[in-house]
Amino acid sequence: MNFQLIGVNHNSAPLELRERLAIPETRLPDAIQSLVRQPGVEEGLVLSTCNRVELLASTRHGSDLKDFLRSYFGVNSDALRSHIYEFEQRDAVRHVFRVACSLDSMVVGEPQILGQVKEAYAVARGLGAVHSALEALLSRAFAVAKRVRTETAIGSSSVSISSVAVQLAQKIFGTLKDKVVYVVGAGKMAELAARHLIANGAETILFSNRTFERAALLAEAFGGKAIPFEQLYETACHADIVLTSTGASEPLFRREHGERLLSQRKNRPMFFIDIAVPRNVDPEMNRLDGMFVYDIDHLQGVASNNSAERKKEAERAENIIELEVDRFASRMKSLAVVPTILSLQEYCETIRQAEIDRSRGKLGKLNVDQEAAVEAITRGIINKLLHTPITTLKSSAASPEAATIHEMIRRIFNLNGNLNSANGNNTQASRDQSGEELEYPQANGPGPKTGRFDS
Amino acid sequence: MRKAPFRCIMPQRIIIQVLMPQFWLRVALVLYGVGLLDALIGLWGGRRLLAKVMIPAVGLGTVVHCVSLAEGAMLSETNPLSSLHQIESLFAFLLMAFFFFIYARYQTASPGIAVFPLVFLLTFSSAFAGISPQSPSTHVSPGWIYMHVGLVLLGYCALFFSFFASILYLIQERNLKARGTGGFWSGLPPLATIDEIGYRSLVVGFPFMTFGFLAGAFLGEVRYGAGYFRDPKILVSILMWVVYTVLLYTRWNVGWRGRRAAYLGAFAFLAAILAFAANT
Repeated sequence: MNFQLIGVNHNSAPLELRERLAIPETRLPDAIQSLVRQPGVEEGLVLSTCNRVELLASTRHGSDLKDFLRSYFGVNSDALRSHIYEFEQRDAVRHVFRVACSLDSMVVGEPQILGQVKEAYAVARGLGAVHSALEALLSRAFAVAKRVRTETAIGSSSVSISSVAVQLAQKIFGTLKDKVVYVVGAGKMAELAARHLIANGAETILFSNRTFERAALLAEAFGGKAIPFEQLYETACHADIVLTSTGASEPLFRREHGERLLSQRKNRPMFFIDIAVPRNVDPEMNRLDGMFVYDIDHLQGVASNNSAERKKEAERAENIIELEVDRFASRMKSLAVVPTILSLQEYCETIRQAEIDRSRGKLGKLNVDQEAAVEAITRGIINKLLHTPITTLKSSAASPEAATIHEMIRRIFNLNGNLNSANGNNTQASRDQSGEELEYPQANGPGPKTGRFDS
Repeated sequence: MRKAPFRCIMPQRIIIQVLMPQFWLRVALVLYGVGLLDALIGLWGGRRLLAKVMIPAVGLGTVVHCVSLAEGAMLSETNPLSSLHQIESLFAFLLMAFFFFIYARYQTASPGIAVFPLVFLLTFSSAFAGISPQSPSTHVSPGWIYMHVGLVLLGYCALFFSFFASILYLIQERNLKARGTGGFWSGLPPLATIDEIGYRSLVVGFPFMTFGFLAGAFLGEVRYGAGYFRDPKILVSILMWVVYTVLLYTRWNVGWRGRRAAYLGAFAFLAAILAFAANT
């Protein structure tokens, strides 16, 4: 078994190429089925989002996934060469973990990618394209993503101005449900922030602009209410969050306005998000109890702090992923010895049965109790004899001398010969899995980065 | 006649009446200690451990504490809540019950920063107190004493939570005004939630405090006659009730929050401590 991954993302390829490779949701099943029909591919998954297109496959001896990309998408080799990345084995596992944990995303820590990976997994699983090795890999990837979310604060802080505004509003008001947002001016950024606040639960939105028609247009677009600019001060007391982005050269809201607003609101807090330059809100207002004023620099400052925080958390997440890759590799290696253990047990069982049958004539007719005793004695002998080889195989699976021990046990018990003669069709599979499996052969296709589980 | 050597024999009845509730109280103390330790670790960044150990530990401690109080009340033949240590134990239990009510309603363990140390100290004092002499009551039924002490202590709990919420409000407000969203206090609940905890604690506590005082007035009249209200400790209690009422009024009608609410809350809390000290 061999993991291979090939793809393009926002770092490796320009938008034009990503657009050509993007697979719409409706064509995803066809792409997955085509992938698993590719020679050498046993299981396959296709992940297609706006920032990445990736093919993940479990193969026996490797498969030329680049060729699949070329033929399926009709893209020539030259266009692909410098933009795709390929990973195998340990590197492929690490990449899948990093993608699921949102460490490979454009905005590190964004939560959507995990949902997209889960959707791709569900489609592939529904088609039977993911069942054993990829099932194990993806299940582990989801567990790792959960661990990273729990143990690091990678997704807990906002990194864009709009999301910082929402985060701050939530720090002040808790839920934004029932909160009134007042947008003063018609700046694009204020509009974006208002959109974020609405998406996070703010229900009522008021617009005021020196040009009333512009406010009316915005109100219609957002399902809010337009207020004439002359009524700004009378109506501002209804707002919990005020977004200002007018081109006024003097502050619209000063300390005395703040005092009046607080008195009208019975001291209920107000949050001013001042995106205008020059500022529309006098910073002095922030000194009043219950008034919170953030200008563009403050918002930018919080966003930068959060970005730095995320970077720090991303480093912690990378360490977790490295540990998890080791753990997964050990687990896969342990699984690799299972066919040998089964062959060994089967081989001994065959000998045991043959010996009992051979001795049956000498023993004469046995009653039920005697039969049971013979069974128990012979099984006990076999189990005790096999105990050491089996535990050695298991315990050494992840060690450097695993291949030597494995080969030695196969030779001592003549397992290859026995398997050839006894199991017929299973022989090849068992040999593949028991022999080469431990060495985890590389895929045939070249790639910029490759990895081995035993490296 | 030979004199029998002196032996300190504790009657079986005393063992059951005193030592069993005391045993459960010590078990509760250990569990509170685990919760407190975990909360302190949590303050230094061990948040996963905090969620995993703190709440189950103090939760179990509260249940065991309840067993101790119930057993003590059932086995006692004397005046209930007649010693300071019994009142401390009941107060600690009510604080924990209040904490869990807030935890369930607002999903925040932040009040634990103040509640756990106080509960630990009260329980410690109660669990390691000697057996105090208890005088049988002949004047009033135990029900009145339970009602008076229980209601007043619930009022104190509410006042404590309200006061502490106003402190947290100040911290969170300062944090937001300084434009610092991370750091040590980043785990605090939103400002509005802290404000609601403070306000609702006051509202819930007011009837308890009022009816507790009324029950106290009845007990005072039975015990000391009509002139009981001239007693300084009663006057301090009345002062505290008045401050409580003013605090509630300013929150409800004027909408006082932040600094002013914290100052008034601190004054009411100080009056409550004086009243508590004077009455115990």
